[in-house]
Amino acid sequence: MTATVTTDSLTEKSDRVTSRGSGGARRRLPRIPDRIRQGGLPYLLLLPAVLLELLVHVIPMIIGIVMSFRQFTQFYINNWGGAPWSGFDNYKIAVDFNAPIGEALLHSFLVTCVFTFFAVGLAWLFGVAAAIMLQENFRGRGFLRAIFLVPYALPVYAAVITWAFMFQRDNGLINHVLHDQLGITDQPSFWLIGDNSIYALIIVSVWKGWPFAFLIVMAGLQNIPRELYEAASIDGAGIWQQIRKITLPSLRPVNQVLVLVLFLWTFNDFNTPYVLFGKAAPENADLISIHIYQSSFVTWNFGTGSAMSVLLLLFLLVVTAVYLLITSRGRKGADA
Amino acid sequence: MAAPQSFLWTRRVILTFLAVFALLPVYVMVSSSLKPLQDVSGKFHWIPSGLTIKPYFDIWDTVPLARYFVNSLIVAGTATVLSVIIAVFSAYAVSRYKFRGKRVFTVTVLSTQMFPGILFLLPLFLIFVNIGNSTGIALYGSRGGLILTYLTFSLPFSIWMLIGYFDSIPRDLDEAALVDGCGPIGALFRVVVPAAVPGIVAVAVYAFMTAWGEVLFASVMTNDTTRTLAVGLQGYATQNDVYWNQVMAASLVVSVPIVAGFLLLQRYLVAGLTAGAVK
Repeated sequence: MTATVTTDSLTEKSDRVTSRGSGGARRRLPRIPDRIRQGGLPYLLLLPAVLLELLVHVIPMIIGIVMSFRQFTQFYINNWGGAPWSGFDNYKIAVDFNAPIGEALLHSFLVTCVFTFFAVGLAWLFGVAAAIMLQENFRGRGFLRAIFLVPYALPVYAAVITWAFMFQRDNGLINHVLHDQLGITDQPSFWLIGDNSIYALIIVSVWKGWPFAFLIVMAGLQNIPRELYEAASIDGAGIWQQIRKITLPSLRPVNQVLVLVLFLWTFNDFNTPYVLFGKAAPENADLISIHIYQSSFVTWNFGTGSAMSVLLLLFLLVVTAVYLLITSRGRKGADA
Repeated sequence: MAAPQSFLWTRRVILTFLAVFALLPVYVMVSSSLKPLQDVSGKFHWIPSGLTIKPYFDIWDTVPLARYFVNSLIVAGTATVLSVIIAVFSAYAVSRYKFRGKRVFTVTVLSTQMFPGILFLLPLFLIFVNIGNSTGIALYGSRGGLILTYLTFSLPFSIWMLIGYFDSIPRDLDEAALVDGCGPIGALFRVVVPAAVPGIVAVAVYAFMTAWGEVLFASVMTNDTTRTLAVGLQGYATQNDVYWNQVMAASLVVSVPIVAGFLLLQRYLVAGLTAGAVK
């Protein structure tokens, strides 16, 4: 991933610099301070970030893992150390797919997978299409670029509340268009409850997500050298061929990081379903984050909720690792 | 070379579709916020039958919107400033120095992006309550707790992006400052930071938007006096009678400052992303 590349090239650079640190000329003298002179400075600079990450992310995560092995219910909220150990019981409950809790978790997991697949796929597709179509300069380009970024800039809750209004059965825009104006549906449909809710959720999520893809791809496009297009143009390649042979292959590393980031955000997304549906999502759109929230805070079973969270984290770790492995192998293959 | 008709038509279709898709909610927000109540309670109409600006006055009374606004500003503003400063220090250390544990730091910071928020919501809540009970520092229910939480949300991306940005600034620049007698911190603030303005603005925009838009922690970690807009706006929608025109007016009011700021700074964002995140 990008981070790895960055660190590696850095290490190289600092090696180069330190190796010629003790030159004679005045201008060369101190260069970058060597290890002894720099002392604890880098650590001092990192200290605030490390402390905050520990307090807000790492320690809570460790507590979360510990809690998943305890019988942690509302009775122990003021004395969480006192909750009895329960071994893998919480995990057994979470993955017992024949019992109600496990079955609901599996269902929610599958719903989240389908949702993520479509939401990420469409957001990525729209973002790439928009960025490529705006690559050339033409009148109105800057204006369109600003418009495309509006969904990204709007605060989630304001935007999603507006979508919730648009999806209202009796006074919403969607049913007005589909039923009253186009006559596609026999009667006004429910969008925020029942079977259609997954569609509503995907649409809102794509609307919210594609501008980010657009932004990243647009930044990536600026790194493609103009000469490539000029050379291709001289060789007689039309614009479609240029997109296929130059633009898309050049975007590959950007796309790999982008898809991974979109995947992680979408899979973990809480804000969109929570504002769209409220605390209890319809069964058909019961995303895993809402489901775990429900299991922990509404049914007050924090132990099982924590076990579910840990399982979710493990799943994300495995997917990320596999994804990074596949994409880095692909890159090596392309280089060879 | 002139683009062929097939390309021009595809472009027109795609761009029109995306522009309509992007702006549809904005149209609904604006038009519905100008409708009288009986209009938004009945069938949707594209053209408002009667225009009124009354909802824009009513929103401040239905819920204490002004207070939520101030809370959001304080929380998001402070979180942004702190997050940017901390990210600048960290990224400078990683970008300019060689030290033991560098990789562990970058990998750990990056992987926190992966954590589902739900995994550390409850533990964090318990930690905040415990710190409050044992030291008297109120983190739970206060703006401080939310600020601490939010600043760590944007920190990993900010550090990651600034490392990339700082790497793209020639080291000769700050090395020259060191030769001229600047300390490392002097070199950072006199040379590296001014050269990295687009990257820093991009990171600040990202941090502010993250804090301004967060819902989950804002719902759990705030009380009546510290509530942010993210929770406050739901006040209109969960009442028995939903004043949709007021919901839309309030949504517009809380959106305008951030959208305007974002559009003004979007050039920096692309410039920052180009040098920082996308390489």
